[in-house]
Amino acid sequence: MKLVFAIIKPSRLEEVRQALNSLDVHGMTVTEVKGYGRQKGHSEIYRGTEYAVHFLPKLRIEIAVEDDQAEAVSAAIRDAAQTGRIGDGKIFILDLLAVTRIRTGETGASAL
Amino acid sequence: MKFVKVLGGMALASLLPALPALAQDAAPVAVIDTGDTAWLIVSTLLVILMTIPGVALFYGGLVRAKNILSILTQVFGAFSVIALLWVAYGYSLAFSGAGEGGFSAFIGDLSNLFLANVTPDSVSGTLPELVFVVFQLTFACITASLVVGGIAERMKFGAVMAFLAIWFTFSYLPIAHMVWSGAGLFFNMGALDFAGGTVVHINSGVAALIAAIVLGPRLGYLKEPIAPHNLVFTYIGACLLWVGWFGFNAGSALGANGVAAQAFLNTITAPAAAAIAWALGEKLARGHASALGFVSGAVAGLVAITPAAGFAGTFGSIVLGAVTGFVCLWAVVTLKPMLKYDDSLDVFGIHGIGGIVGAIGTAIVADPALGGFGAENYAMGGQLAIQVLAVAVAIAWSAVIAFIAMVIVKALFGGARVPEQAESDGLDLSSHGERAYN
Repeated sequence: MKLVFAIIKPSRLEEVRQALNSLDVHGMTVTEVKGYGRQKGHSEIYRGTEYAVHFLPKLRIEIAVEDDQAEAVSAAIRDAAQTGRIGDGKIFILDLLAVTRIRTGETGASAL
Repeated sequence: MKFVKVLGGMALASLLPALPALAQDAAPVAVIDTGDTAWLIVSTLLVILMTIPGVALFYGGLVRAKNILSILTQVFGAFSVIALLWVAYGYSLAFSGAGEGGFSAFIGDLSNLFLANVTPDSVSGTLPELVFVVFQLTFACITASLVVGGIAERMKFGAVMAFLAIWFTFSYLPIAHMVWSGAGLFFNMGALDFAGGTVVHINSGVAALIAAIVLGPRLGYLKEPIAPHNLVFTYIGACLLWVGWFGFNAGSALGANGVAAQAFLNTITAPAAAAIAWALGEKLARGHASALGFVSGAVAGLVAITPAAGFAGTFGSIVLGAVTGFVCLWAVVTLKPMLKYDDSLDVFGIHGIGGIVGAIGTAIVADPALGGFGAENYAMGGQLAIQVLAVAVAIAWSAVIAFIAMVIVKALFGGARVPEQAESDGLDLSSHGERAYN
């Protein structure tokens, strides 16, 4: 099994969700995060003080999938989340050792 | 004890209605004017709203989320403490006293300790004296609350209350007496301060500055971002301040009359001009006109028109407001970083500097030649000198008292600042055991 996690721009969430729905993906977890790569931050001014804000708001999406789904899921996320501008994000794929469904106790692929 | 605050007010207050003469009565009996009284009661309510929650929210939104309750509580606490001290001895020391000899130029006496000689039937001008007592109470309370802005996010709560109580007693009361009491030093010099540019704004601005310097800057000041956590609160607070200020300025006419109406109008035009000036200045100098800049400019304009409210003509007030908008923007954006003091919420930059510009500007805008309402034979040069002198003495007095009060409080509380860990955790949690947002 694989854990696909992606950092995307917050405005692309709905497109990504719809794209994954059509791939029969059973669920996902979304977290609000801050970060930067090559995208520059901005500055904010409050009366006498100016702050350079380096961290930009992003969303982190995590999806647990079967090994043979990982490529397709990754491609779907990329297509849906892309805007063509710096700051679109990245997709990471990690090995997932074990999964358990809390309600029933099922493990492995049937818990995905 | 009849109190005389304003040249125009003096004329009005002495017009006691003539009563049908009874054979035994030689002197007219003072009678209240219900219109004046009703207006002053409303004005008092407006000034209360300026403090709770006006100032509280204005400041609260500017601090970090972990400290908002500490601001709200310090303001609420200051209001409550000063209200009681006012009733106990404040009113007496500010406004009572025979007015001759001794220290009467600097402070009143204790003849009205716990309002001993003030009954519901006592009259002051055309008002029940009790209305005047409460009206002035609200001025003392807001002045103390303003100081909270300079010491935000790092001072022990008990120390804040003690500092304000000491400073109220030895700086607010004497300066209020000197400016507004018939026996007062500045009053007799002919200094003009319609609603408290010196008594309230310069006084509190300077105290906040001294306290901020003695306390030292917040941890991380100038090294990490300390950004406002909720500018919507600051906006709401500023709006409450503006609306409440009509009571502050127009109520200081001590009557429902034309002087009040002019003061009312000036309380719109000056801050409007100041807000636009600040926003314009900010846009030109820094690229954006910000919401915070707009409301800060309005407050600066309100501060500046305070001493001039009943003396300035409409166009004079616009000019005064605009000038103050630019000057206070400069003070906050250039002067403060230059001098490196952590007056956290710009009490000195807006109230102190705005008050100074307003107090001195009053001499200019009160000139009848410029549409003002100064007395006949008005001499701008002479008035300017008087205003400058009064301002200088008030600054020195407030600064010295604030310094001594901080020294006392540091000794009493084993340091006025909270420990570093408490400051990092936030005062809401460490001083009050609460979180504002769950």
